Amino acid sequence: MREKSQYLRKVPLKIFSFSGVLLLLLSLPALASEAAHSVAPAVSTAAASTGGQTWWVMPTILFFVTFVMGIIAVLGGVGGGVLYVPIISGFFPFHLDFVRGTGLLVALCGALAAGPGLLKANLASLRLAIPVALIASSMAIVGAMVGLALPTHIVQILLGVTILGIVVIMFTAKKSEVPNVQKADPLSSALRITGVFHEHTTGKDIDWKVHRTIPGLLTFIVIGFMAGMFGLGAGWANVPVLNLMMGAPLKVSVATSKFLLSITDTSAAWIYINKGCVIPLMVIPSLVGIMLGSLIGVRILKVAKPTFIRWMVIAILSFAGLKALHKGLTSAGII
Amino acid sequence: MKSNNTIKPTEEQLLYADILGKGMYLGLAMLFATFALYAFGIMAPAIPLSEIQNYWHLPVGEYLATINANHLHLDHAPTGWGWMNLIGKGDFLNFTGVAVLSGVTIICYLAIIPGLFRRGDKAYGIISIAEALILTLAASGLLAVGH
Repeated sequence: MREKSQYLRKVPLKIFSFSGVLLLLLSLPALASEAAHSVAPAVSTAAASTGGQTWWVMPTILFFVTFVMGIIAVLGGVGGGVLYVPIISGFFPFHLDFVRGTGLLVALCGALAAGPGLLKANLASLRLAIPVALIASSMAIVGAMVGLALPTHIVQILLGVTILGIVVIMFTAKKSEVPNVQKADPLSSALRITGVFHEHTTGKDIDWKVHRTIPGLLTFIVIGFMAGMFGLGAGWANVPVLNLMMGAPLKVSVATSKFLLSITDTSAAWIYINKGCVIPLMVIPSLVGIMLGSLIGVRILKVAKPTFIRWMVIAILSFAGLKALHKGLTSAGII
Repeated sequence: MKSNNTIKPTEEQLLYADILGKGMYLGLAMLFATFALYAFGIMAPAIPLSEIQNYWHLPVGEYLATINANHLHLDHAPTGWGWMNLIGKGDFLNFTGVAVLSGVTIICYLAIIPGLFRRGDKAYGIISIAEALILTLAASGLLAVGH
């Protein structure tokens, strides 16, 4: 019985480890070769050589890679978009314009799926999200417009730098379960940005309020801009700002951040949609892959080791960031 | 100062969550249904499935110009809401689900505005109107960009 229980605990970990290794293996040939000769164009070429009858090959590969990505995203506590854009733009033949558009839709769907439940559970706070969303979504539109106007290699280089910056944030950022906010600042008091949530682990109701509202809101100018420009989603930046800078409890910050993406990514997504950056053969396999992967990820999360997962996400993001940087510099003729 | 907070979400929050959830399910259902019609060849696409891989490596401007020249033969490439004119084609039909998923947040905002003003929450009412206008502007297609 005990052996069976141990076996059951090991199986999801084996699946997860296999998934991570698979994702890395899929990426390795691409990093080793020139950007233009990555793994995916080879498949495209093969497809073309068989008279174009294998149109389903690339969407199928995309589905499996995003499935693995969905597992890793849940386990690593990151959004799908932050993994999707650097990995798919680095190792697949799709142009960055379509990858960013799809990345936003991937992040948007994740936020739409989680948002209603988080709002009903009172973990995500509409009062906290509404002022923040106004700034973040406005700037996401500007970011999307700038991102689409800049030459691709510039965006690719900046994407690489941003992803490596996110890795640094993941290395260094601390978290505070319930930050000590002595006094709400005048703006948050005027807007009544407060709330209560029930902490199941302790059985207590926790009253919360926020401070440093103006610096926090100003930070969302940058976060919104980057979300729109790179199609990344922005959970990686939302949570530290809401939690460490503004003093919202960690659970409220994570939940509000997830819900916030449904607004920020909506505004940027429309810019990409209206520009024509939607290819159904990319979007639907990606969404289904990420969603199914996330479902499996939630199951594995119960038994997986958080430290190992965090290191794996950091390794994958570092790798993808370097690849994006390499691809951008190669396209620019710098290396 | 005694806190007026309760463990229960506000009326606006529940209304917003309710509409968001329904919109999400509707959008996803449309996305999967239209993709099935497209991928299984039930509705003919504007760009043959076997040829799309020849174009997806192009920047979006070049992609639109190329598919327009090779397949669509329109006066202008379908940007903005131009896909509505091609809704009878399997590939462009997929845009309906994407539009629902991207548009549901605007509906959520419009729905909570009356309640906010009714309860005297003018600041949030005005912010919500501003947000709905910004999202509508983004959705309108008026903000045209490109390289």
